[in-house]
Amino acid sequence: MSRAQENSAGRDPLPAAAVGLETQHAVAQFLYRQAEILDDRLWDDWLALFTPDGHYWMPAAPEQLVGEGQPNIFYEDHYLMRVRIGRVNHPNAWSQYPPNRTGHVVSNVVVEAADPASGDLVVRSKFLVAEYRNDEQRVFAGKYRHQLKKGPDGYLIQLQRVDIVNVEGPFDYVLQYWI
Amino acid sequence: MPGGNGFNVDALVEPDRVHRACYVDDEIFEREIRRIFHRSWIYVGHETQVPKTGDYATTVIGRQPVIMVRHADRSIHVLYNRCPHRGAKLCSQRAGNVGAAFTCSYHSWQFKLDGKVRHIPIQNGYENTRFSLDSPDAHMKPVARLEVYRGFVFASLSAAGPGLQDWLGAAIAGIDDMCDRAPEGEVEVVPTCFRMMQKSNWKIFLENQLDAVHPSITHSSTGLAAQKVEQEMRAETGKPPPLSYHYISAFAMELDKWGALDVVGYPNGHCVLQGYMGLRPTDPDTLEYEAAMRQNYSPARTEEILDVNIHHLLVYPCLSIQSPLQQLRAVRPIAKDRTLTEIWHFRLKGAPEPIYRRALDYFYLVNSPSTMINADDLFNFRKCQEGLESEGGDWVSFHRNAGQDRVEGGITTTNIGFSEAPMRNQFAAWRNYMAAEPAA
Ligand code: FES
Ligand SMILES: [Fe+2]
Repeated sequence: MSRAQENSAGRDPLPAAAVGLETQHAVAQFLYRQAEILDDRLWDDWLALFTPDGHYWMPAAPEQLVGEGQPNIFYEDHYLMRVRIGRVNHPNAWSQYPPNRTGHVVSNVVVEAADPASGDLVVRSKFLVAEYRNDEQRVFAGKYRHQLKKGPDGYLIQLQRVDIVNVEGPFDYVLQYWI
Repeated sequence: MPGGNGFNVDALVEPDRVHRACYVDDEIFEREIRRIFHRSWIYVGHETQVPKTGDYATTVIGRQPVIMVRHADRSIHVLYNRCPHRGAKLCSQRAGNVGAAFTCSYHSWQFKLDGKVRHIPIQNGYENTRFSLDSPDAHMKPVARLEVYRGFVFASLSAAGPGLQDWLGAAIAGIDDMCDRAPEGEVEVVPTCFRMMQKSNWKIFLENQLDAVHPSITHSSTGLAAQKVEQEMRAETGKPPPLSYHYISAFAMELDKWGALDVVGYPNGHCVLQGYMGLRPTDPDTLEYEAAMRQNYSPARTEEILDVNIHHLLVYPCLSIQSPLQQLRAVRPIAKDRTLTEIWHFRLKGAPEPIYRRALDYFYLVNSPSTMINADDLFNFRKCQEGLESEGGDWVSFHRNAGQDRVEGGITTTNIGFSEAPMRNQFAAWRNYMAAEPAA
């Protein structure tokens, strides 16, 4: 089990790792960019944020330690993300008329682990998302935990864990794509 | 609208159409709660939700909050979630363990796991009052009737009426099919319940479950997107895509194939739609599972079990079961335009892990809060609800193939998948429940 999985939600937060301002700045910019990509529905850019074996994961319970083999709210690799994008973009995606509109705020960015050799990071942050669709606004809040790989062109997401505070629902409507 | 005073079922339900008031009238909804949900058998939960003494799970039967609890003698009790003292709910969580007794958070009255009062603090003060421990008023009230069939717990708030198995009739196949597919003949709940609030009448959901016209229309975006990724996956990996992709790409199946599915309607509104996903592949995991089945059943019985071909089975009015994938959705009507579904899936006891993964994948792709399938169903349900508020027309049409169903011994069969026979069958039951005199 990886460090990021062990440091799951529901446990005491880890102290911040000692990283320089430059790293702190770079990772915050990365998270802001991801939020912007979702708000602007830039799907190609979204896929490009993940490593080839990367996953977006929203567990169904805060104490869950792994996504594989468990019930999840989201657990998607590139292929499933491609299905979701294909659906949302399809002219027959009825519930995308009107489409969702979202505004993400990402904050409280804490680097909890940094591998000096590779530059890989584990980063937690908080988010607040307002989603508007069809005369209704919903709000989602929670915690991101990104396991980031450092590559030649910047960071890539190996695993993004998303713990929403209202995880046990009930949900008044489906989450049509990632938060 | 023909809903309020002077309720007249004949003005609402005709053999081939129903009045929109059935979906949008508050008084009719209240009558449904009293006459249908407070009288018929309602699915409460599965006994594996409460494995240990003192384990409990809460839900509602119609308007009544109830607790399903495990007693020390292993029996299951279903009790009204109400303290006999001043009425506080005893359990405020969806599940948990109360230990040896329920303790009320207000004045600490305690109740045994069968609901009988165990202890009242400060004993004095009741002399020469009408309060007595011998009165049923001192104890938590149990539901009028409780039956457990293969671990599935049903309750009825009415003392009168047919027993569970008589009431289920042939629809018992939904539970049998789910359990029989386990090499050990039993299923075990996976304790994650997804709850979705539908902004629509409960009947719209049940009608949709056996509507074979809608999938290739409602779900075409997801079906086609999944088909495209299946092709890409084949090209990129040189391997066939996992079965789970087929769960959603099958929604893009040509309309003709949907039209060829068998639909059967049973008494009391239960009905079944034949399966179409071809859930008996011949990969090594399936073969290992089928070998495990043959060890516990005879080869002939194994074939019989695996040949059962159900897609959805409705236990009217409370359940939609997908037995070959071990899922169910329990229907909890909240208001005329609000319906909560509690969605569960199960493990087949004794089946290899990859077989569980198939149920899990379906639970994820079709039943999770991020479902790409129900996203469009829920959207349509809501549009139906909003449209039915309109005075642009009074009737909901169930005319397709009306008068062409084969009815024998109360069982309606049609091999026209597009027939609106299941909706007519549900309303035949609705009519009986709603017209009949209330139980004394
Ligand atoms: S209301 Fe429960 S003890 Fe008083
Ligand atoms: Fe559907």
